[in-house]
Formats: sequence, C-alpha cells, structure tokens
Amino acid sequence: DDKLLTEPLKHPDFFSVKELFTLKDLFDARVHLGHKKGCRHRFMEPYIFGCRLEQDIIDLDQTMQHLQLALNFTAHVAYRGGIILFVSRKRQFCHLVESTARACGEYAHTRFWQGGLLTNAHVQFGPGVRLPDLLIFLSTLNNVFEPHVAIRDAAKMNIPTVGVVDTNCNPCLITYPIPGNDDSPAAVELYCKLFRMTIIRAKDRRRQSEAVEELR
Amino acid sequence: GRVLRLCRRWGAGPRAQTLRLICTTTAMQRKNAEASGPEKYTEAFIKKQIEEFNLGKRHLANMMGEDPETFTQEDIDRAIAYLFPSGLFDKQARPLMKHPTEVFPEQRKIQWGEDGRPFHFLFYTGKQSYYSLMHETYEKLLNVQKHQDQLIAQDLPLQKEKRNLAGNRWLTKIELEEMLVEKVSDDDYSRFIRLLQKLVALPCADIEEKYIQKFSKEVPAQLQKVVIEPLQYDERGVAFSTGEGKRKTASATAVVYDNGTGKITVNGIDILHYFPVLQDREQLLFPFQFLGRIGKHDMVCTVSGGGRSAQAGAIRLASAKALRSFVTEKEVEFMRQAGLLTVDPRVKERKKPGQEGPRRKFTWKKR
Repeated sequence: DDKLLTEPLKHPDFFSVKELFTLKDLFDARVHLGHKKGCRHRFMEPYIFGCRLEQDIIDLDQTMQHLQLALNFTAHVAYRGGIILFVSRKRQFCHLVESTARACGEYAHTRFWQGGLLTNAHVQFGPGVRLPDLLIFLSTLNNVFEPHVAIRDAAKMNIPTVGVVDTNCNPCLITYPIPGNDDSPAAVELYCKLFRMTIIRAKDRRRQSEAVEELR
Repeated sequence: GRVLRLCRRWGAGPRAQTLRLICTTTAMQRKNAEASGPEKYTEAFIKKQIEEFNLGKRHLANMMGEDPETFTQEDIDRAIAYLFPSGLFDKQARPLMKHPTEVFPEQRKIQWGEDGRPFHFLFYTGKQSYYSLMHETYEKLLNVQKHQDQLIAQDLPLQKEKRNLAGNRWLTKIELEEMLVEKVSDDDYSRFIRLLQKLVALPCADIEEKYIQKFSKEVPAQLQKVVIEPLQYDERGVAFSTGEGKRKTASATAVVYDNGTGKITVNGIDILHYFPVLQDREQLLFPFQFLGRIGKHDMVCTVSGGGRSAQAGAIRLASAKALRSFVTEKEVEFMRQAGLLTVDPRVKERKKPGQEGPRRKFTWKKR
C-alpha cells in the first residue's frame, strides 16, 4: 500500500499529462483571449502576453506550464482517492460542469454557495463529514464579478485549489492557477474534457496498480 | 451553575460514594443537543428495527393465542390496547406498535459510505435532491431543443397536434417536498415551476411527456363528482324531480313538475299566503328566473325549522337542486357559478363567556 502511494511521486509526469493537450488546441479553443484593458487585474499582469486593440492576450506558454502542473496535481489527488469538487458560478456552463463531475465520479457545486459549507460543515451536514480534498474552479468569479467565497474558505481549511483565472480575476489564494479564458464555451469545454480525462486516467491507473499488487 | 452531587453506588465496597456531575445548566444542554443535530438513522439501524418489529409481532400473536402468520396491523393495535390499557386522552400518547417505516419519519439516512465519499454527486451543495431535479429538468430541455434543431434542419413541421393544457395543475410546494424528502424554499419552488413551464412551452415537448407528467396532476372539474339524478315520471306521464336543501336550521324538500303554470305550494299553502314578504318570494323564484323557466314548472315543497328567511333559502337550494335534472350540463355549471347550488354555511355563532354575545363585549367602564 505504501509502495502504491510513493511510486507516482518519484516521476515528474507519472500520468503523462502533457500528451493530453497542445498549444494549438489551446489556441483553437480561444483560451488566450482575455477581457478588455480596463478590466485587467493587477496581479494578472505577469501572465498577460500583450494587449491588442484594448483586448488582453494571455501568454499561452505560461498557460501550458500551469495547466500541466494543475492537471498533474489533480491526477495525483484522484489517484489517492481524494474528493474533487468542481466549482463554477457561470450559469451558461452549470449543466456542463455538473455532467463532467458526474462522468468522473466526482462532485460539483455550481449553485448558490451557502456561507458555512466548508467552514461550518459539521453543523450543516452532520458530525462525520469528509471535506473535499481539491477544489477545481472553472471560473473564480461569482455572479457579481467578485472573487468566489470558496477560494477564501478553501485557503482557511487548508484545501488546495486549482482554478482557471481570467484577466479580471485575482490569482492570489489559488494554489495552482491556470491563466486562461473562462467565458468562451469552447475554452470551458476544453477544460472540462481535460479534467475529465486526467481524473479517469488516474483512477484507472490506481485500479490497475491495485490489481497488480493483489496478484502478487 | 453546575451541581455536583454525591451518588451512592451500592455494593461497590470501599469506594461507596463517588462524585458525579448530575445536573448541567440549560445552556449547556441546549448546546449539546444542537451540536448533535437532528437524529439521523442509518440503514442498518432501520433494518434492525424492522427485524425486532417482526419478531415482536410473532411473540404478540403467540401471547394472544392467534396465528403468527396471519396477524395484521389491526390485530396488533387491538392486542396492544388490550394488554396496555391507557386512560390518556391523546391517542398518539398511548402505547403503540407500528412498522418502523411509519414510526421513524422518512428522512435522510447517512449520505456517505465507509470511506467518507458521499453517494450523490451534488452532495456538497446542501440541497442535493432539489438541484439534481433541476439538473435533470434542464437536461430534458436541452434534449427537446436539440430535437427541435434536428427537425428544423430537415425542414419538418415542429408540432404534430395541439395539446390540451387545461385541467392540469403543477405539484404544490408541499407535494414537492414530500417527493424530494427535503425542504424546498418558496424561491426554489417557483424557479422549478418556471423551468417546467419553459419546457412545456416548447413545440417539441411531447418527447418528454412522461417526465412532465410526474409533476402535473389532473384537476377534475367540480361537476364530475356530483351525480345528477335522472328525471322521474309520475302516473300522469309528467316529468318531475326532487331536491333537498338546508339553510341555518331549516330543511326543505322540493318536487318540481314539468309542463306547469308556475304554481308553487309550500306545506300545502300557496306561497302568497305562506311568504307575505316579497323578499322571500323573490328568493324562491330566483332559480327559475335564472334559467328563464318561470311559467314552465310547478313546485310542491315541504319545509320545517328555522325562520322566515331561512325557510326561503332552504327551498331555493332544494328547487335549484331539483332543476339540475331538467337542464344541460353547461347550465348546471352556470348555476353553480351563480351560487345557487352552494349550501350557505353561515349559522348562528355561539356566545362566548366573558362577552355579552358572539362578538359584543361588555360595556367597558373606565373606573
């Protein structure tokens, strides 16, 4: 059992996450398109490649690196049987995100976030609740264009976060930010596809390793 | 404050007295109760309760000398009432032995498995059943839209036949709560109904007819429950029909004959002599006037009890009920909407102690 858990940590890319996407895929899915110059958040400036006709363009090389780190981390969490919670407050993609979560066998929360969900879970749900081990944000802003409360709560409860940050978002408290577009349907579908494939891949890998161990 | 009391332990030997905390403050008790939350029953617990119940049922049957195989719930109730006679007034306070599914309210059992992972993918939202219902309904909506797009691409007509929308109502909030086994707020309920209406409004919604029917109920028209008696014929071949009516303490029976001249007899006396007041005669004639059959029917009524106005109202109701047999269904519906067929529920209100009448209070004197 110990060997099962330590083996993946020795390789930099145990789940070969790099093969899942290319720069061209990201470009075709319009991930590089940001918001207008006036909406730009100060902390997103390092991730921005440039500005064309007042629209910010996100640096896809950096996005590739961040996406690879984030997917690798998600795969490791899924490999260890962690609970993954998909969060997004975009109404257009609510159904898509919930379907993705259901397809992976993980959990989703694309509805109104009640205040004490993470911080007051033992009162809201019951004494023996297990909190999510990873939060994935398909969009870090809520409907009023403010940072989602879950980012702060996850930081309070020591839960790592992976989040797609657009040019108007604050990437501060997110453990693995992914600078990229969170408004186009093509981009969000790409993210959902990538997360779904990593999680399913990681779980299959885990089942294979356990079967191999049992055979021994 | 806390109270530490000596409690004596019998037969404990040298340490016969131990100090134990017996009383806590009410604040502490309330805090402990809140922290544990509403009791949740695991599936294993309910199963065990069902086994115990079945075993107890067989024991009870043996005790009463009856066959354990054919021991029904009524037999159990009778046996318990016999073995544990109780003089308590409230029926629910008496000893009872019922199947655990009736005793333990249907509520959420523990929502996660042994490894801690919740069963439902929307568990962390807090309202999993409601949101999964919304998710499913939205999926049906998307399906219908996709089907519509396909039909448009093939240039086919969208709607085949017209649907009958009247006569159906959506589930009420309480019925929805029962269906989902969780509390639904007013906003959530109205949102769900709006989504259903949006789904139904689409032309190709026939595909999801089965799904929509889960949330709609039929409203039977008022008249379907009431059976209108057919016309009877007396020796002369004249059609007649009877009706009964009540108002306050007066009760009346009316027999309405066809091919008449508009003669009305009450207790053997003509109405001009029985009801000298115009208002009462107007009340009697109202059903006939409403249907436009003033000179066409004869009526013979008997009435007892009540006062002048109450008797008039009772005869009016009786005659309206009798006239239903002579008239089409549409006209019966018109009569019902006019209030001719409704029993007037107003009776004399009782006098209350400390007051002079039902509403009048005693004169208030400042000093």
